Amino acid sequence: MRISPKHSQRIAVTVMWAIAGLTLAVLAFIISYILWHGLRHITWTFLTEPPQSMGREGGVLPMIVGTLWVTGLAVLIAAPVGIAAAIYLTEYTREGRMTAIIRFGADCLAGIPSIIFGLFGFVFFVITLGMGFSILSGALTLALMVLPTIIRTSEEAIRAVPKSYRDVSFGLGSTRWQMVTWVVLRSALPGICTGVVLSIGRSISETAAVMLTAGSAMGFPHSIFESSRTLSLHFYILSREGISMSNAYATASVLILSILGINLFAYWLMRRFVAKAV
Amino acid sequence: MTQVLDIDQIETTGGEGPKVLVRGFGAAFGGNEVLRGINLQIRPRERLAIIGPASSGKTTFLRSLNRLNDLEHSFSHSGRILLDGQDIQGSDMDVAELRRRVGMVYAVPIPLPWSIYDNIAYGPRLAGIRDRYHLDEIVESSLKGAILWDEVKDRLRTLATNLSGGQQQRLCLARVLALEPELLLLDEPCSGLDPISTAKIEDAMLELKRKYSIVLVTNNTKQAARASDRTAFFFMGQLVECGPTRQVFTNPANQRTSDYITGHFG
Amino acid sequence: MTTALTQTVGLTRPKTTRFNANPIIRIVLMLLALSAMSGLAIITLFIFKEGVPIIAKVGFRHFLFSSNWYPLEGEFGIFSMIMGSLAVTAGAMVVGMVFGLGCAILLTQFCPPRWVSIIKPAIELLAGIPSVVYGFIGVAILVPFIRDYLGGPGLSVLASSIVLGVMTLPTITSISVDALQAVPRTYGEGSIALGATEWQTTYMVILKAARSGIVAAVILGMGRAIGETMAVIMVAGNTLDVPHSILDPVRTLTSNIALEMGYAAGDHRKALFATGVTLFVIIMILNTIALTVSRRRSKGKVLAK
Repeated sequence: MRISPKHSQRIAVTVMWAIAGLTLAVLAFIISYILWHGLRHITWTFLTEPPQSMGREGGVLPMIVGTLWVTGLAVLIAAPVGIAAAIYLTEYTREGRMTAIIRFGADCLAGIPSIIFGLFGFVFFVITLGMGFSILSGALTLALMVLPTIIRTSEEAIRAVPKSYRDVSFGLGSTRWQMVTWVVLRSALPGICTGVVLSIGRSISETAAVMLTAGSAMGFPHSIFESSRTLSLHFYILSREGISMSNAYATASVLILSILGINLFAYWLMRRFVAKAV
Repeated sequence: MTQVLDIDQIETTGGEGPKVLVRGFGAAFGGNEVLRGINLQIRPRERLAIIGPASSGKTTFLRSLNRLNDLEHSFSHSGRILLDGQDIQGSDMDVAELRRRVGMVYAVPIPLPWSIYDNIAYGPRLAGIRDRYHLDEIVESSLKGAILWDEVKDRLRTLATNLSGGQQQRLCLARVLALEPELLLLDEPCSGLDPISTAKIEDAMLELKRKYSIVLVTNNTKQAARASDRTAFFFMGQLVECGPTRQVFTNPANQRTSDYITGHFG
Repeated sequence: MTTALTQTVGLTRPKTTRFNANPIIRIVLMLLALSAMSGLAIITLFIFKEGVPIIAKVGFRHFLFSSNWYPLEGEFGIFSMIMGSLAVTAGAMVVGMVFGLGCAILLTQFCPPRWVSIIKPAIELLAGIPSVVYGFIGVAILVPFIRDYLGGPGLSVLASSIVLGVMTLPTITSISVDALQAVPRTYGEGSIALGATEWQTTYMVILKAARSGIVAAVILGMGRAIGETMAVIMVAGNTLDVPHSILDPVRTLTSNIALEMGYAAGDHRKALFATGVTLFVIIMILNTIALTVSRRRSKGKVLAK
């Protein structure tokens, strides 16, 4: 029996809506499951006290601080480099061999799995450069990891700035650098920030790479040369070794909430950017 | 078609040299030649209109005068353009400085997405002026020069993109005036404007001509007849005819000019 | 052509530098722009420097095709892990393709804009959830479910495939959406005008036109799946056998590295780097295929996500 085109259309569309619905349901389930089990364990002391007996008791303050350090430092290193690369690609050269090399490098780097970044960070930063398991090693590794994202999003944002703005700026007697810093970057800022914010999200989520570079020390980090356990790694260890489920859920909730906040912020920035560009 | 000389160039200009002297100027983008053998002069404190059908090289010529074409990778040129006797392509010419001396207003108003004040102050700030009072002064006088001051003086800090089309174009004019250029290039500045806004821009031009030389590229022959002292007719990348506006419009020397003016083509 | 004209008419290029740009700024920016490339180079260098000697010592064939991984006895064969990675990735691609492509087609062809503005950010959010959380949900929900209803230990190829499939869905969807949106509207309109239904148009005309972009999306999704570490460790079971059914537990290349790196030393550690080299080579091959496939269509477009 043949199915008529009209029926096959109806079936196909229904199936696709089911797929999309299931996807949304999975997302909603993951978030609500974690928050349902975790939110009630998040207390003021949980956020402001160090862990006790391997994390069975106490809070996660050192992990929060460690995560902030590693993530902040990584983005602080990657953002200027990535934005500079995007400026070079869009304003200071034209398509040719050089841009092909740069793009190839960024594309390949984007595809490398985080565990490889971890291995590299371990042998290069931790051992060869003698930084040891430290916030700095972790941050440098993560910086390399998020660099392609920042380059790509910044480039897109800069390309979206109308060419006529550049004409106007040159027409008023600006040098190229003045044009870039006063006009282009100012207009592309929301787009660039979106990329940076998404990179922050990625750094917070990352576990494999920081495990091999920042280490898993539970103490309060006093400098960037000390080892520190990030939230995601703490969650992994707590849940995998079955140390404390309530603390694991609470840690995961802190992670999920920060990721939610970051994505909302990026979404808001993006909309503002689009509204402005039109 | 042979090279046509600017008929005025033989005349002496009363002791004062020409503001701009163009000699045998040609331009091309890649293999595509868009201007050839242009000889022309622009006198101090005159309004020169450039008319001609679409793609006759008017805009390219205009953008050559402040070297904005240099931004296109495929651009190449021949001949010389002298500003006050100095070759603008010369190695001792600072391009940023040149563009400050030769201001340009585009066909479409392009306010930068900032406040009115920041738009006007952008040029002077680029040139290194930081003093608040000085900038305030420049903003006020530029807006007055473009006949916009009275409409916006109470909302200088609001977004320039919220102005109407006509106001935006006068804002762009004011932004150029803030640099006190010697030569003002207007590239079809009224093409998207209503008659009242057009009249305001033309009024401003009449006022500005006391201080500046003005080159006006326009598709509107009536505007050229109304708002210029001399007119040049470009066709297919060449200068066909140039002379006092009244003469070009009433008694053109070239058949093509008269065809264009009377609307037979273009 | 240009040069010929320049000679005959005597045109000269503007004498100043192309960009009237400060050469110092230009060079500094260029060096910074090369950082990604140098990063890639130095990563390759160090991973290979650590890993390749031990492969040579063990023997290339033995390393790749032996399933004996006994670090203490100096036996390093990663065949079972390669098979584990492939099995898990293949499963993930089934899940990822069905869901990722389904979402992409729905978003570009059939979905009202109001729903697009809900589904798209949701899928982006899915990409933002930490992999440890996916792994955790897998262990808490999926693994017991499989154990109770399908048999086996629960920690299995199947569980890893589903978790990885969901994790690669955002990659596949977003790149496919780009590819589908790049198909000119007129293609579809032409088909509709001939009396085809929207669905016929979609699978006969639009999917065909966007084929290379979708292939690139799936390959990049594969790269994601094969490189994922933490989630797989938590749900795959990590035993050292070649899997025979989708309910068997497996160990992947990535989990092998992450599990043993903490205490490995000497040749053992080097062998883990060699595992990394294998993974690296697989990823590079996948990336190169994806890049060439998509470059052929839209030159110069930055692709990887």
